[in-house]
Amino acid sequence: MVSEVQAQALEGEAAEQSGATTRMNMIQAINSALDVVMDRDATVTVMGEDVGYFGGVFRATAGLQAKYGKTRVFDTPISEIGIVGVAVGMGAYGLRPVPEIQFADYIYPALDQLVSEAARLRYRSAGEFTAPITVRSPFGGGIFGGQTHSQSPEGIFTHVSGIKTVTPSTPYDAKGLLIAAIEDNDPVLFFEPKRIYNGPFNGHWDRPAENWSRHPAGEVPTGYYRIELGKANVVRAGEAVTILAYGTMVHVALQTVADMGVDAEVIDLRTLVPLDIETIEASVRKTGRCMVVHEATRTGGFGAELAALVQERCFYHLEAPVERVTGFDTPYPHSLEWAYFPGPVRIGQALKKILKD
Amino acid sequence: MPGDRTNLPRLALHVPEPQFRPGDAVDFAGVEIPAAGAARRPDTAEAAGEFRDLAYTLVRVLDENGRATGPWDPKLSPETLRRMLRSMALTRAFDERMFRAQRQGKTSFYMKCTGEEAVAIGAAFALDRDDMCFPSYRQQGLLIARDCPLVDMMNQIYSNTGDKLQGKQLPIMYSEKRFGFFSISGNLTTQYPQAVGWAMASAAQADTRIAATWCGEGSTAEGDFHSALTFATVYRAPVIFNVVNNQWAISSFSGFAGAEATTFAARAVGYGMAGLRVDGNDILAVYAATAWAAERARTNQGPTLIEHFTYRVEGHSTSDDPSQYRSAGEPTAWPLGDPIQRLKDHLIGMGEWDEERHAAMDRELAEQVRAAQKAAEGNGILGHGLHQPLDTLFDGVFEEMPWHLREQRQMMLDEETASGRPWDRK
Ligand SMILES: Cc1ncc(C[n+]2csc(CCOP(=O)(O)OP(=O)(O)O)c2C)c(N)n1
Ligand SMILES: [Mg+2]
Repeated sequence: MVSEVQAQALEGEAAEQSGATTRMNMIQAINSALDVVMDRDATVTVMGEDVGYFGGVFRATAGLQAKYGKTRVFDTPISEIGIVGVAVGMGAYGLRPVPEIQFADYIYPALDQLVSEAARLRYRSAGEFTAPITVRSPFGGGIFGGQTHSQSPEGIFTHVSGIKTVTPSTPYDAKGLLIAAIEDNDPVLFFEPKRIYNGPFNGHWDRPAENWSRHPAGEVPTGYYRIELGKANVVRAGEAVTILAYGTMVHVALQTVADMGVDAEVIDLRTLVPLDIETIEASVRKTGRCMVVHEATRTGGFGAELAALVQERCFYHLEAPVERVTGFDTPYPHSLEWAYFPGPVRIGQALKKILKD
Repeated sequence: MPGDRTNLPRLALHVPEPQFRPGDAVDFAGVEIPAAGAARRPDTAEAAGEFRDLAYTLVRVLDENGRATGPWDPKLSPETLRRMLRSMALTRAFDERMFRAQRQGKTSFYMKCTGEEAVAIGAAFALDRDDMCFPSYRQQGLLIARDCPLVDMMNQIYSNTGDKLQGKQLPIMYSEKRFGFFSISGNLTTQYPQAVGWAMASAAQADTRIAATWCGEGSTAEGDFHSALTFATVYRAPVIFNVVNNQWAISSFSGFAGAEATTFAARAVGYGMAGLRVDGNDILAVYAATAWAAERARTNQGPTLIEHFTYRVEGHSTSDDPSQYRSAGEPTAWPLGDPIQRLKDHLIGMGEWDEERHAAMDRELAEQVRAAQKAAEGNGILGHGLHQPLDTLFDGVFEEMPWHLREQRQMMLDEETASGRPWDRK
């Protein structure tokens, strides 16, 4: 399902580093990223609820404690504000903490340490102290997790100045982006789309699940490589409309345009802040139409920011209003999950509308 | 490192480690178990500072031979004891059945309270029916003891047409105002300050009702726990804090919530609050402690924190596999036994019960649960149609639906038509 453009990009990036590749799902890729950076940098410290001996409820940190010891990989008390606050303090000492928040739905208790502290430390101390922390957290729905295991809160954090927000859509990207995030000297929120941990979910919940074993981006270098933050990925080149997406929705969008035979250009943003505005602008100027797809709720979501940017910068190139395809402005329901999820039908309706004239 | 520090001892980071891991032989000899009947029972009017020792011992009533001893023996009638036994057995039968339903793919999720039944049911019997409970996800025993219809609970678990929560919540996240049971949150310990607020309101309104709340030992690490204790102390709120110390928080043992340093009941001491540590597998001790704390709350003596020392016999939830992180020998080696067995032995020792009656009761309860399940499944199971009408998705965000939600609701209905299978989403 990956485009030639993406395949070429992968080849190019992979060529920059030598060494073997192997098949990985997204969990294994994240685990590999942590392993690789921990091996290179003794200050990288992994912490969070159940991440130590057990290796995390999604097993993303499996084996790391046995390999790097308990002072570098440890379980924490169940206090999200404690986890992030302690990470900020460890960062002030000179470590490079990678805390995990078990589900993005549980990040809210940590809000003050993220928003008032981690995000502002560099600014308020004029660089004397920084918060080189990367908060990993699984986000998004599609697993019948109900309202407290399904949310996409990225828009809350993109609104905060001083924090970077990253979300991968493939195992290959997950590893390269996570390494870059950990090595970044500013705080990064790394939201992992848990619906695609095991395979590239295309939005058709009633069809058999795919895994990463046949996807080009499921082939991942075993060693070190980075994908620069702030660089989007054109995963499908096209002329008719630009689709901006990230995480799970990249795959849903790709499948929908394939099903509908629409020559869309699909851009995987990969980093929301800082945003790759050049790639977006160039694409929208070319296609003249822009659609934003995210699973998060609509009002005040990151799609609103994208729509604003596109109309500010590409207004005279637009042939139709920017479309937003999003989750609804309700909590994430349990039984009606697939009515809530912005799947192929919602994207398809919006495509028809934006391509109408 | 600067030269003048080289002679100083090196620091070391302490990271707690549980006693046993998978494959280890289990010996709980290190767990201190004071004799039943040994703990004193202060007058409910005594100041909290007078009995701090009770936060570091174990209030126990039932001894190793199933006899009730000591000042905390609530001396309940055999009839009441049999009702308690029945509630605990029903809770266990319910858990077994619903766990299996999840395994059969009839719902997405379930959580058992096996081995911890006494904690919720002992409290339910000691509280008044209109006292308000703010539970965590592991106090289904409160609902069962307060006679919530099993079929209503199952409808919620199946997210079906009979689910009055309209399939909006994860299974077992009940809300049962009619049974004094607050809406359960997936976010840990949020119920703690809410219980204090309810209790403060009751006091401010010169009411007579009190509040009780529960959380796991792992959840005491959350900030909400400490905020709740501070507010409760400041305003002497009529609230009972229950910490269910079942030793594990998913894969993390109690040491990650501070148990290596002190007890959870001892959290009360720092706040100047009454604290009790109780054998959580002894329903008479749970009952007596709750009744004592309720009496203090009702007489404006303020809050009490009760640690229930117990053990999580099963996995955390249907998503968990405890064999990955703890020794399989732990549940059977737990030195405080099984709460149902202990009450059963006690009743038999009193001459008020026997094996035949117990077996007959178990059969009857299994039948009751089976019948309820059949009725509930008549309203549908998760993922097989018979769910709520689609547009209920938008109900209850606000009291009145604003324009943007009305628009989105219409969008969803249009999508449904466009999908070619209106109202058929399974
Ligand atoms: C704010 C928040 N953080 C994390 C979680 C994930 N989580 C759910 S239950 C649990 C363990 C709780 O353990 P404990 O408090 O001991 O209760 P028990 O499950 O043993 O009854 C965790 C970490 C959550 N639900 N909410
Ligand atoms: Mg626990």
